[in-house]
Amino acid sequence: MTASVSPVAQPVLVNASRFRAAHAAEWERLDAIVRRIERRSIRAVPQDDLLALPLLYRTALSSLSVARETSLDRALIDYLEQLCTRAYFQLYGVQTSAWTQLRRFFVQGWPAAVQSLWRETLVSFLLTVAGVVVGYLIVRGDAAWFFAIVGDSMAGGRDPSASVETLRKTLYAPQQQNMLATFAAYLFTHNAQIAIFSFALGFAFAVPTALLITYNGMMLGAFLAVFVPKGLGFGFVGWIMIHGTTELFAIILSGAAGFRIGTAIAFPGRRTRGDAAVAAGQTGAVAMAGAVVMLLVAGLLEGIGRQVLTDDFTRYAIGTAMLIGWLLYFYLPRKSDAPAAS
Amino acid sequence: MRQPRPEARPEADGLRRSFITPEGVDLRLTLGSAGTRAAAFLIDAIAVVAVLVVATIVIFTLFFSVHAPALAIVWMIGFFVLRNGWFTLFEMGGRGATPGKRIMGLRVVARDGARLSGGALIVRNAMREVELFLPLTFLGTQAAEGTADTFVTLFSLGWSGIFLLFPLFNRDRLRVGDLLAGTWVVRTVGVTLGSELAVPEARPRRSFSDAALSLYGEYELQTLEDVLRAGQRDSIATVAATIRRKANLTDDGDDLGFLTEYYAALCVRLERGLLVGRRRLDKFADAKR
Repeated sequence: MTASVSPVAQPVLVNASRFRAAHAAEWERLDAIVRRIERRSIRAVPQDDLLALPLLYRTALSSLSVARETSLDRALIDYLEQLCTRAYFQLYGVQTSAWTQLRRFFVQGWPAAVQSLWRETLVSFLLTVAGVVVGYLIVRGDAAWFFAIVGDSMAGGRDPSASVETLRKTLYAPQQQNMLATFAAYLFTHNAQIAIFSFALGFAFAVPTALLITYNGMMLGAFLAVFVPKGLGFGFVGWIMIHGTTELFAIILSGAAGFRIGTAIAFPGRRTRGDAAVAAGQTGAVAMAGAVVMLLVAGLLEGIGRQVLTDDFTRYAIGTAMLIGWLLYFYLPRKSDAPAAS
Repeated sequence: MRQPRPEARPEADGLRRSFITPEGVDLRLTLGSAGTRAAAFLIDAIAVVAVLVVATIVIFTLFFSVHAPALAIVWMIGFFVLRNGWFTLFEMGGRGATPGKRIMGLRVVARDGARLSGGALIVRNAMREVELFLPLTFLGTQAAEGTADTFVTLFSLGWSGIFLLFPLFNRDRLRVGDLLAGTWVVRTVGVTLGSELAVPEARPRRSFSDAALSLYGEYELQTLEDVLRAGQRDSIATVAATIRRKANLTDDGDDLGFLTEYYAALCVRLERGLLVGRRRLDKFADAKR
């Protein structure tokens, strides 16, 4: 290069200065565009700037490489590093739009995630069934167990000592119309929070999730043990079923998502523990988000549908239809080029 | 993730990670430190509570005048969304950061550099339930019922403590949620390009001997750069005095001018070495000429 430049008595010109003079304008333009995207949005950027963005980004990247090898001006390198990093995340790390994500979630992501969790779902289902059986048997054996399992506030008078009439009233009595929607909202937020818990608790090697799922089944079993001996079994199942097929399914699925995380951490297989956890976390999260959607549906069915429809057969019909609908939606083979949930 | 540590530069703190773009350039990301992360979280927590309090007051005032049950629904759904959605929804946005993170100059990115999926962010923030809300809710309920004994309090705080301090126990400052989501939190602060130091206004008045310039390497050069940019009078005086003493130069009274010119001369010399593949990392390295 300029061999005549000597440190003695000549105007010094370090590489950084030449380099800055040649490229500073491009860097500043890139900085302005990226700043604009960060501050506002991609839509605020004019079209020709948008077209120039990838080129400017690659120029800045190559400037960074050159600067690292030829320049000792650390301010310049720091500047280019942060500029390239910010531009990188605007180019490569940006989310697809919310609508696209939402559509993809309902069309592919959610059913695919649930399908890939079928083994965990089966375990979760069997645990629930086991819980129901155990809950039923021990409350039939000794009614005192009912209070240990269900708790006073949840029971609300529906305990083994209650009369047939009281119990019948809890199944069929209409509630105040204007409270229905509020009740539905309460049920939804409460259940969704439980679903998120049972998912997140999967992190502890799935043990708390298993307990939660079994306990959920035991509560159902305990209630069955109250209603069935009084001849209200058929009505009670209808009362549960109108929303229960959706709600229990959702809780089973969120439990399954928790199992997936717990087992991936405990038994990562050929992958590293970290990679296995990440893969499981993604699938699990999609299934769990889906479970929250299902609980919203269940909340509406329970809060409004059940209070309005007091006929056993309608309740059975709706519950069964929902169950079939969910099963078809999740497990019907579909032609999808995408692999498991992304 | 499992890349070897980048070459041990003296100033490299523990938070820089090598990160290769598809173009093959290492961006050397800086992770958010535990302190910044905590500050960002506190800002978010305060914001969430503030929104909640204001919304509650507004809704209750409305409720007493209108008596619409819809308001109760709005409150319940709003609370649910605020608790579970604040972090997730903000991080799903283009900035990849909650308001707190944005203020602190942080951003959530996928560790493999790919697009952040919605699933990753849901997992990342659902784990907050276990990390923070679960023990606190537990403690809160027990306290409200007056049954919180010392054991419960200690247990809840201990549980939260384990998760809150989790980022301090791993190299990449990952929360449990980050671990499962495959994300990490990096600093993205917009830096303005610092002015050039090696630009002389006029011809240099001083010339430096070969011996004077072979005293130092890149590390010292960049330290000198920091001193000049910070512009603190007494540190400039100290550094100038040290260099003069080592190089046997006389004091001409103009410390800043001396250092600027010395910086430029040293920079030119080291850069020339760089171009022919002779890097001198610091003053202890062999001063080949």
